[in-house]
Parts: sequence; structure tokens; C-alpha cells
Amino acid sequence: MTKLTTEEVKHVARLARIGLTEKELEKFQNQLSSILDFVGQLQKVDTAKTKPLNQTTGLKNVWREDLVTPSLSQEEALQNAPEKFNGYFKTKAALK
Amino acid sequence: MELSDLTLKKARAGLENKDFSAKELVSATLERIQKLDPKISAFLTVCPESALKQAAETDELIARSQKLKALSGIPFSAKDVFSTQGIKTTAASRILENYIPVYDATAIKKLREAGAILIGKTNHDAFGFGSSTENSDFQVTHNPWNLNKVPGGSSGGSAAAVASGMGVFSLAEDTGGSIRQPACFCGVTGLKVTYGLVSRYGVIAYGSSLDTIGVITPSVEDAAFLLGIIAGPDPLDATTMPNPIPDYLESLNQGIKGLRIGLPKEYFIEGIDPEVKQSLDEAVKKFEKLGAKTESVSLPHTPDAIPAYYLSGISEVSANLARYDGVRFGYSSPEARELEDLYLESRAKGFGPEVKRRIMLGTYALSAGYYDAFYKKAQQVRYLIKQDFDRVFQKVDLLLAPVSPFPPFGIGEKAEDPLQMWLADIFTVTINPAGVPGLALPCGFTKNNLPIGLQLIGPQLSEGVLLKAGHAYQSQTDWHKRRPSLSA
Repeated sequence: MTKLTTEEVKHVARLARIGLTEKELEKFQNQLSSILDFVGQLQKVDTAKTKPLNQTTGLKNVWREDLVTPSLSQEEALQNAPEKFNGYFKTKAALK
Repeated sequence: MELSDLTLKKARAGLENKDFSAKELVSATLERIQKLDPKISAFLTVCPESALKQAAETDELIARSQKLKALSGIPFSAKDVFSTQGIKTTAASRILENYIPVYDATAIKKLREAGAILIGKTNHDAFGFGSSTENSDFQVTHNPWNLNKVPGGSSGGSAAAVASGMGVFSLAEDTGGSIRQPACFCGVTGLKVTYGLVSRYGVIAYGSSLDTIGVITPSVEDAAFLLGIIAGPDPLDATTMPNPIPDYLESLNQGIKGLRIGLPKEYFIEGIDPEVKQSLDEAVKKFEKLGAKTESVSLPHTPDAIPAYYLSGISEVSANLARYDGVRFGYSSPEARELEDLYLESRAKGFGPEVKRRIMLGTYALSAGYYDAFYKKAQQVRYLIKQDFDRVFQKVDLLLAPVSPFPPFGIGEKAEDPLQMWLADIFTVTINPAGVPGLALPCGFTKNNLPIGLQLIGPQLSEGVLLKAGHAYQSQTDWHKRRPSLSA
């Protein structure tokens, strides 16, 4: 079984923007490793000549007229915002 | 009016014949929830005020002898992933604990326009990630047949509600078995539709190429009636199919003489619970007696479908759940000072362990260096899975298989082992990567009185045939009519 290293778990948590505690790190290291081991069994399937299938119904390029349709008001769009200011979403500093 | 065995058909007849009013029906349903739900915990939100108001409006229309709409006065519940305007919608996750949508999901809108009355939002595994409803961040739902057992998942609250007469039907969602498996565990009927038959607009996303909207009902006939209302193209969901919607009720009574039913040998494997196996064998005989021809068939890539399903699902999860950033809606960590900390802390506190696992695994599967080995490989295997189904449906009209390898398991029994929980879905996740529909039906009970279920699987857009076959079976059996004895 290939076990993920602590560094790998930290890296993937960082990519996923999920803060982990030390305890979670250890627990997830084991759990994620055993699941990856399980899904890794796909490597045995011969797909050398197989195209990837990303959707199943075969629909392609669904178009509509480029017309203005009703949409949410600014007030509605902001209704669930944790913080807002002057009709905008307010957030924390992106640059240090 | 007896709520415990009220079907949609009976409820509609009762309202039409004025045996009871909409207000009486809705009030009785709300009272039943108040009495039973403290033990079952199927509901995350109950909406008595809006439901009673709507019921009064319906009665007024009836009094003025206006023609009833298809679902006028019918109380229903919806899984808490359906956006409901003005009614809290949590996805059973802390991160959306206080989220109040400003619009209705298309399926909700269609049901409301047909006159149906939303009585509440049901519990499920957070974002649909699980097979027992134990992954809800808020409560554990109990199986009404045995309160120590899980109701299945992820739509466990919806199935438990329908089985215990708390609402006539429930609107639910199936990404890898989330309608069929809980319907099976609770002894009710569950329909998972062809991908794209019902609009996903306004439904909180799990895996967008796999998610399908369907219903959990007391009978196949009820499911057929409802499908005619919720199916159809939607300009707000570009993946909905443009095909016209047939009259599912019209073909319902045609019988199944000559129907070819395949029994996929990969679904009748060693290790299935003997009582489940026996019920399935008896059901096969019943279908033969009804005129179907059965034969053994093979879907050789079935074992690979499970990892391929999970890899596709979690990769899409990683992308879909990136939207929970603590900025536009949902939980936002008050302590964070910088943007990146806001993301890290809001997601750390807002997501439960299974959600974190799936996001991280999906992120890993999509990350540089692993994409080809995991995500792309899964999509290639998906092609092979679809090819299996395409080939088998040249030989047979439908497939018949168990829904779950075992009857409902105990609360807590698999909660600590995520992989074991994933494997509870081995017979249901396999069809979603191919986009084909499935119908779960009760087909027996264990000696401990726990429900056993079968599923019929058909090619894309074969809902009419599935429903016809399911209805033929239910016309000759009464498993679907059994209800748990619940002391109120």
C-alpha cells in the first residue's frame, strides 16, 4: 500500500484551502491512503485505446438567444453575504 | 384519513371527493411529524406556517369549485439540497447552516406550480456524501422499521419520512444511489432518472455529471405521476435533454409479457446476505410469472465502476465545493484577517470530516502529476462502463439486481470506516457513470422485519418501461404496502 506522507496531505489540504489540525492530519493521512489504494485498482484496467467519457447523453453546444432575462436584484444577490459594503461583497485583504 | 398508508393516488382522490380538506390533510401531517419525528429525526426544517397558509388557499379554490391542479393540497418534503425560496437550505452541512435561498430549484417550482405543499426539508448525509445519513452535521436519522438501524443514505430523511407517513412523497437526489438505497432500506419506492431528464437547477451540486433528481414515493404509480410533472427541458440547466416527455401513466398498465429482463451476474455475487438473495430469487420468479423472460447477462466492468464512480464524483466535488469561500454566502470565520485564512478557517470549521475527505481526495486526483492516473483514467473506465450497458441493452430490455448487498445496518456500525461506508453502495453507484435510470422497489423483509429491495435498471430514457415493469410487480405483490408500526 502506498501511504501518503504528511507533507503530501498538507499539500493537498492547502490546494483545497482546508485548514487541518494535527489530529486531523494524522487521521486523514491513514484514511486517504487506504481510499487511494482502493481506487488505485483502476490502474489494472486496460484503457490504452479508450477515449475518456466526460458526459453520457451526447448533448452538444446548447445555445440560446443572447437576450437579457430576469435575474436576481443586487439586494437579493447580497442577501446571504456574511459581510457587505455599499452594495458589494466585502472580504479580507488579498495582499499582505 | 389514515396517513400511515396514504398514497398520492389516495390523497388526490380524497381531496377531490371532499373526504378531507387540504387543511385537514396538512394539519394531520404536521401533527404526525410533531409526534413521530422526535424519534426518527427525518426533518431538518418543518414549515407549518407556509404549509397551512397554502392549504387554506387550496381549500378556498375547492370551495369556489375551481378545478384542482395535479397536486393541489398534497403535502410533500424535499431533501435539504433543493433551494427553496425563503426557506433555509443547508445541504445538511454547517457551512450552510443559515443559508436562505432567494429562489426555488426548478423541480420545487414545478411541484409548487402543480399545487403541492412543501411541509419540510429532510435530513441527509452532508452534500449527499454517504450511505447512512450519519454524515449529516446536524442529526442522525433513524430507520422507522427499527430505530437502531440507519435509514440508508444519502436521502435517508426523505425515505424515512415517506415510510412513516410524514408527507405523501419526497423530492430527492441520486448521484450514486442516494435515492435507491434509502428507499430500499425504508421499504418504499425510489426512482433515479436518466441523467438530464429532470432539471438540476437550484440543487446544491455534488458531482455535476452524475447528479439526478427523482422521487421517493409509496408506489410506482405515484412515481410515474410525479415524473410527468418534474421532467422536461429547462433553459436554466443546459444539460437537460430536449426530448418530449411521454405520458408515463398511459403505458403503466400494459403488462410485461415478453419483456426481456437480464440478471447481471456481477450483481448476484458471493457475500450477498442470504435473506436478500432469497427475496431477489423470489422476485425474479414473480417477474417470470408476470410474463417476463429472464436470462443471465454480464456487465464485465462492474467491479471497476465503483472506483471510477468515486474518482469522478470526488473530482467534481473538489471543483463544485470550491464555491464555499466564506465570502458570498455560508459560514465565514470571524477570526480570519487575511483572505487565505478566511478560506482555510471557514472551510475547516464549516465542513465535516467526510466532506473534507472527498474534497481533498478530489483535489489530489485532479492535481498535477496525478490527473492522468486518476481523473482521466476514471473517465476512460467510464466509457467502458457505458459500453457494457449499451451492449447488454441490445440483448435485454431491463436489468434486475439487488439494491444493497445487505439489509439496513446498525447506527454507528460503519461510521468509523469511510471505505466500508463507500462499499455499502456497490450495487447502486455503478449505474450513475452511464447516466441510465433505476427504480428501487421493496421485494421482501428479513425475519427481523427489515425491508429488502430490488432495482430495475434500463437504458437511457426507458423510464416508461421501468415504471411499467415496477407497477406490474406491485400489482401482484404487497411488499410496498407494508408500513412500520410506529406508536405515536
